[in-house]
Amino acid sequence: MSRLVVGVDVGGTYTDLFLFDEATGKARVGKVPSTRGREADGFAAGISGLAPLPAIAAIVHGTTVGTNALLERKGARAGLITTAGFRDVLEMRRRDRRQTWGLTGNFIPPIDRDMRLEVAERTLADGSILATVDPEEVAEAARQLLAMGAEALAIVFIHAYANPANERAALAAARAVWPNPHVAISSDILPEIREFERTSTAALNAVLQPVVGGYLSTLDARIRAEGFGGEFLIVQSNGGVMSVETAASLPVRTALSGPAAGVIAAAHIATSAGFPDVITGDVGGTSFDVSLIAGGTPALAAQTTLDFGLVVRTPMIEILSIGAGGGSIAWVDKAGILQVGPESAGSIPGPACYGAGGTRPTVTDANVLLGRIDAARPIGGLARLDVAAASAAIARDVGAPLGLDPIAAAEAILRVANARMAGALRLVSIERGFDPKNFSLMPFGGGGALHAAALIREVGLARALIPRYPGVTSALGCVIADMRHDRVRTLNLPLAATDPVGLRAAMDEAGAALSPLLDRAGVAFTGRRVVHALDMNYVGQTHTVSVPVPAGEPTPEALLAAFEAVYVGAYGRLMPGVPVRLLNLKTAVIGTRPKIDLLSLAPSADATIAAATRPTRRIWFGDWVETPVFDRLTLPVGARIDGPAILEQPDTTIVVEPGYQAMTDRFGNIILARA
Amino acid sequence: MTPTPISLDPVTLAVLKGRLEQIADEMDATLFRAAFNPTIAEAHDACHGIYDATTGATLIQGKSGLPIFVGVMAFGVKAVIDKFTGDNAPREGDVFIFNDPYLGGTHLSDLRLIRPCFHGGTLFCWLASVGHWHDVGGAVPGNYNPAATEYFQEGVLIPPVRLYSAGRLNQDIVDIILAASRLPVSAFGDLNAHLSALDLGTARVAALLAESGPDLVAAAFAELTARAATMMRAEITGLPDGRWEEEDFLDNDGRNDVPLRIACAVTIAGNRLTLDFTGSADACAGPVNISRATTIASVYVALKHLFPEVAANSGVLDPVEIILPPNSLLDAQRPKPTGGYTETILRIIDVLFCAFARIRPGHAIGNAYGTINALSIAGNRADGARWVMFSFFGGGHGGNPEGDGLSHGNPPIATAIIPPVEIMEAAYPIRFTQWALRPGSGGAGTHRGGMGAIYEIELRDAAAELFVFAERARFAPRGVLGGGQGAMNVVAYEQEDGWHTPALGSKVVGVKLTRGQRIRLESPGGGGWGDPAGRDPAAAERDARMGYLG
Repeated sequence: MSRLVVGVDVGGTYTDLFLFDEATGKARVGKVPSTRGREADGFAAGISGLAPLPAIAAIVHGTTVGTNALLERKGARAGLITTAGFRDVLEMRRRDRRQTWGLTGNFIPPIDRDMRLEVAERTLADGSILATVDPEEVAEAARQLLAMGAEALAIVFIHAYANPANERAALAAARAVWPNPHVAISSDILPEIREFERTSTAALNAVLQPVVGGYLSTLDARIRAEGFGGEFLIVQSNGGVMSVETAASLPVRTALSGPAAGVIAAAHIATSAGFPDVITGDVGGTSFDVSLIAGGTPALAAQTTLDFGLVVRTPMIEILSIGAGGGSIAWVDKAGILQVGPESAGSIPGPACYGAGGTRPTVTDANVLLGRIDAARPIGGLARLDVAAASAAIARDVGAPLGLDPIAAAEAILRVANARMAGALRLVSIERGFDPKNFSLMPFGGGGALHAAALIREVGLARALIPRYPGVTSALGCVIADMRHDRVRTLNLPLAATDPVGLRAAMDEAGAALSPLLDRAGVAFTGRRVVHALDMNYVGQTHTVSVPVPAGEPTPEALLAAFEAVYVGAYGRLMPGVPVRLLNLKTAVIGTRPKIDLLSLAPSADATIAAATRPTRRIWFGDWVETPVFDRLTLPVGARIDGPAILEQPDTTIVVEPGYQAMTDRFGNIILARA
Repeated sequence: MTPTPISLDPVTLAVLKGRLEQIADEMDATLFRAAFNPTIAEAHDACHGIYDATTGATLIQGKSGLPIFVGVMAFGVKAVIDKFTGDNAPREGDVFIFNDPYLGGTHLSDLRLIRPCFHGGTLFCWLASVGHWHDVGGAVPGNYNPAATEYFQEGVLIPPVRLYSAGRLNQDIVDIILAASRLPVSAFGDLNAHLSALDLGTARVAALLAESGPDLVAAAFAELTARAATMMRAEITGLPDGRWEEEDFLDNDGRNDVPLRIACAVTIAGNRLTLDFTGSADACAGPVNISRATTIASVYVALKHLFPEVAANSGVLDPVEIILPPNSLLDAQRPKPTGGYTETILRIIDVLFCAFARIRPGHAIGNAYGTINALSIAGNRADGARWVMFSFFGGGHGGNPEGDGLSHGNPPIATAIIPPVEIMEAAYPIRFTQWALRPGSGGAGTHRGGMGAIYEIELRDAAAELFVFAERARFAPRGVLGGGQGAMNVVAYEQEDGWHTPALGSKVVGVKLTRGQRIRLESPGGGGWGDPAGRDPAAAERDARMGYLG
């Protein structure tokens, strides 16, 4: 009996789908236009195109609806109730500014000042309560916010991470008058020290609750109406999935939902292929997103800043994003230095070669002019690309100011774009103490494989591993992601005074608090585990290092040894004798879901290189070269193609530069390396 | 590094520029994460760069470091170059340390660690790591001593000395530095963090030189500096010729309640810019004097804000002539105290912003809040250990062509962020009773100035001493193009008989607080931009609804 699981990644332009039959191991991919504003239509139609909804056992969704709402300031009207004296924490931020130089740029807080009310209450840093909260004062504030049109409510009290009693009393009082479930307290969302980050996270969660909750319930109703009777799950920023119920109450955890799914897929593909150390490089229209996976495990970050002052703090896959994608604009600055990005032509008007009104040269225009992208067969639904328009834009904005002909100018654009991408790859590897020569690059997104050979060369990477379907990686990640829930709790204890029994109890308690989220999701797991890490530092430092809790009794001696191992790796020196402190306990519960056997995606046994061969094309590799072209998806396992060559497939183009060789592995991945 | 005739294509230049900036950025990040004191770790009062082997000129600057150090570090490197010559010349593995403000600019709190980078046995460039330490001795915990008349009262001065000799640690120097501090563990932690950053930078420069070769990298340094100069000349050429005079005042020097004039005549002639500070006050008894190096660095910061596209290196100042009157507070000689240098450089920036608002009104920006607002509260814990809470507090930015000024921003000379209330309350026996925007503090205008803030802190220990070093209690941040002034600074503290305001405006020296007594800062807002009558009615209505107007 078949068991169908569908991953759906809804992007700005396209909705990518990946269908997997757990019983037969067969997989199919799909791509349909996103229907913004009528998401449920595109969503249901896309799935129905792959399999009838009643036949599907699980749908897993990566979504950017929350992030887009925040960036476009289309969140719900929310209210905030906070400690007397602190209503402006959200607007005051950490006393920063938008950019170092220039002194312009303002900030509009996600919850306006008139929607932020104070109540008399106070908890101190040690968790003692100086003033209890008056439930009636909270209820009155809540009624006032409702009267002003609030659809959601966040309650954030100072030091609530140390003792949530006042917040919990306020929650009960607010719930009694609040007409919907969109009420939350900061100690439930993020019981961690630092009031601005906690307030911002709670406020953004409130702003998103009605938006994401409404979006998901519409989707849910639609697919259920069409006969879907299985599990509906949402990918979180930490790369794990959660139930729709959890997503609706903690929508802030979807901030990096889609990109995180892509990284999860990359980890699985790379580990299966025997290269568990990879750096992903997702080249999209406006950005280049990079993530490091060491030993098959993606690196986690503590927070992200979506835009100036919009901070989300919750454990998430660490994704570094720079403004260097296919649509990034090339320009020459006042000092005569060629720059690429961060400004982007986006998908509208798009690069000059789209012929849709864009006049400024982009990275895509350079790839088109040099023949690397086939103007006659572009990806993404356009009939053909306008090479002359690309050439004219490059000649005018880059060639003329630098004194280069259009071809040389296009090469220069690619070199600078590659250098910027290489910088991002170095940031996540060398800067974190990882040597790139031990890592493989996994390019995905429509443009990644165009730049792979150059990035191998610039950064000194071992090779590139190009997945079989680079354009639907996030959708594949949805299908294989585990269920994962994280919790951070501030301890603030001296290491010397750490009681192993007490710490073990705190770890057990955190695990027990999270486990019901797995139980309630109604998902069958193949396994469960709980992992703990501690944020530790020398007393006096404010930044911490993340230390996995060692096996066995968490004695001060064992924890010190674990801390020193991590610290010396990060900073190269220790400070013996300086006391050490445990700041936060970080706990994750993980429910393992069945993994795809990627061999099911492999090329068919009767594939041949001859059958995959297409007409040659003229491509610029320092000179115009008549270059062999192959259909990537029909290349057989074990095929070796020497550069120069082009491998084409519907969602991307792979450039095998001279001196490089592409090889098809048994899964159908392309391994690109120096010949 | 000698000039090389190698020719450099623009693309290689762009690539090398990115690599070099990344090295400085990585050093910044390493120091921020490993440092002990929150002024570096949280407030990022630190900086890294790459400097010329023979002149010490700034070649490359990190993006995240403190802007004022950008210009001033070159003087620090030059001081080391000048002192260590001949038989005593720098060797591979040396690290120099010092905090002498008369040689390196700024104040005693800023420790500079400077390390030569060699390639093939030849000195190729210098790396520097500078950061604001928590305490370097002197009369006042945290080192902002408004009453100082000589540097001896501000802290311990360390001349340029070898911390490492050819890779070997000189422990005697470490012992002396730690003994000078009230907070030796913090100092030890910061020292190690600087060294981690320099280790990393040295390794990265070596890798780049091995990859690209010293000639190419040297050519990139030269070309980047030349281009910054070319760009600055182009910016100046685009301005009308003429002479504009501006002035503003510091409240006082912390000793005598007499305003101190900062005057500047800006002359533009073709592609030359002359800034003549003649007419500025004489050197004063209190600590708002600044060294020549600091004055030049503050000009650099102002120009970088006014022309943000110009690259961050020494070329910016090539077409600029700076005239400093001898014996003025802008050319301090030892032992004149310099601890409050931040106030004077902020005023220089305000004066230059007002001058350039007249020179090119299309880019006018109102004055930011114009004071560092340094506050320290210090006491002894029950076990006798010293505690020192020290932080800088924020204010409003000026209205500008793009819109209203930012509320609660950081000062133009820093990219520092403020430590969280919860971290401060967990670390020190104090409690914030208010942490709020200050309604009505933004200067009126077509685009309003940003608001300052109200901070009120209660002592939760038996006793402590209070120090505040701030300005703008007598002279308000100014608006431009008809915009109104920001509100002035208001400082108050509680004693048994009620609330007091300091006799010197916003400077407090060693006031005793007892349990439950409070200190209150109401920081200045930014100046407005344009005639208030021109404000969009919807924006005015929103201001009223949000309670921004007081």
